[in-house]
Amino acid sequence: MELEALRLSLYVALRSVLLGLPLAIVVAYPLSRSRFLGRTVLDAIVHLPLVLPPVAVGYVLLLVFGTRGTVGAWLESAFGIRLAFTSAGAALATAVMTFPLMVRAIRLSLEAIDPRLEDAARTLGAGPFDRFWTITLPLMAPGIVAGAIIAFAAGLGEFGAVITFASNIPGETRTLPLALYTALQSPGGDALAARLAGLSFLLGLSGLVLAEWVSRVLRRRIGR
Amino acid sequence: MLEIDVSLSRGDFDLEVTFAAPTPGVTALFGRSGSGKTTVINLIAGLLRPDSGRIALDDAVLHDTSRSYSLPPQRRAIGYVFQDPLLFPHFDVAGNLRYGQRRAQPRGTEAEFADAVELLGLGALLRRRPHELSGGERQRVALGRALLSRPRLLLLDEPLASLDAARRGELLPWFEALRDRHAIPIVYVSHEFEEVVRLASHVVLLEQGRVAAEGDVGRIAMVPELRAVIGPELAGSVVDGQVESTDPVTGLAQIRVGHSAITASGAGLRAGQAVRLQVLARDLVLATHKPMGLSVRNEIDGTIRAIVDDGPDAVLVEIDVGGPVLLARVTRPAASDLALAPGRRLWVLVKATSLRGHVHSRR
Repeated sequence: MELEALRLSLYVALRSVLLGLPLAIVVAYPLSRSRFLGRTVLDAIVHLPLVLPPVAVGYVLLLVFGTRGTVGAWLESAFGIRLAFTSAGAALATAVMTFPLMVRAIRLSLEAIDPRLEDAARTLGAGPFDRFWTITLPLMAPGIVAGAIIAFAAGLGEFGAVITFASNIPGETRTLPLALYTALQSPGGDALAARLAGLSFLLGLSGLVLAEWVSRVLRRRIGR
Repeated sequence: MLEIDVSLSRGDFDLEVTFAAPTPGVTALFGRSGSGKTTVINLIAGLLRPDSGRIALDDAVLHDTSRSYSLPPQRRAIGYVFQDPLLFPHFDVAGNLRYGQRRAQPRGTEAEFADAVELLGLGALLRRRPHELSGGERQRVALGRALLSRPRLLLLDEPLASLDAARRGELLPWFEALRDRHAIPIVYVSHEFEEVVRLASHVVLLEQGRVAAEGDVGRIAMVPELRAVIGPELAGSVVDGQVESTDPVTGLAQIRVGHSAITASGAGLRAGQAVRLQVLARDLVLATHKPMGLSVRNEIDGTIRAIVDDGPDAVLVEIDVGGPVLLARVTRPAASDLALAPGRRLWVLVKATSLRGHVHSRR
């Protein structure tokens, strides 16, 4: 029971990070480097999952990606992909909820990079993609890795959005927090609930410590 | 020839600059901070775009508003050494040096790499990270990195400004070596006139976003617009000469300037070298008769060409010493006691220890 929930949680969190990370990098860059119309709006949308009730996020996902939602219906008819009530859906819900954490960490590391380093690269013959790939991205690495680890650790425990959008299906979407909730609802589930809570606590703590350590090691390697 | 004719407005700053700098050669962009020097080289590099105008380097047009053309910085092949070295912190010194070399068209060679490493004394630093280097070393790496990108033009934005006085003195010879070894045209931004004297052959004097004066160093040294920037303490003339002989024991050199041989401190100079002397107006003493029994090593005879006002207490006397012109600052009472006037012959006295010859490339 615990092992299945743990395995599902790790799997869902990993997929959510893989899903969200590229987009988080793409969004963090203009948020910290460019001044454009609608920047504030984009910033607000990115941070919305932090302030909304997770259940509301799950509900919106259901409206859009559910079997009768516009995108959901299209995905199912065109590719046979079903998101609602599946572990892929749990990963999507988790990715949306942890997205602001990733963007914030990446943005912080981007803002610590002197933008004139890119000017220097330009005068040395590097075009836009070249500069991003060889200068900006490697210097952002500490923030990207820290953001990914924190998002992963937070994703292990995502509850509201997951249960609303992906439901509580044993072996499919019953991750650690959902199993914990189920155990608390069942008579005689106290011992199981305690073990699950302990496990969550341990995972969360190691995630935070790991993120800090990796980011420090990487920062030292690039001399900052 | 580097030709610039641009205008740019940014808030309350207006820039309207037109000049033509000879290539190859070292052109100094000189002026107070805020006069627009860095803006001008950012325009040349392409990091900034002018509101209107044209920039051309030899036969290549870099920017032309009238034809809506602007070559992006990465395709201009213009090396830029910034005020801060801006080395890439995640590469070691070798990685920094190779960054531009790999992107050069055509790609740089190993021989060039070895040459630059040798010229700038970087051999022992290649495996170090930028944060393990001193300020002067970083700036040398930045210089090597720009040099190895095979630039058609090198822009140096006050590369010594972030260093203390002692480090500056250490670094300047590396720049002189670069100037003398390579035929790459250089635009050197500075607000220290001594650096200009040592490195540049052509000067563009900027004042509030306009070109206040332009010409070779010797001529610009004499214009009032320059004195307004550097102040009376540093006013003087810059004359070119040739080393006739040196004395290895005393470190003194005999330097032929016009019709006179001037004694100056010249450690490291060799006979036959072209040198440049900065002669400060405040260091000169004028005499109407050839004096005797003085410790002063230099007594140069000349003719007064002009006398100009220099503040309420003093005048500047321009003295022709057989071609070159020296500038002497004397008080008004002294000028009237000696009855100084244009056409008058006199003796210019200057201590050898006040003069120092700087090797100067003829380019």
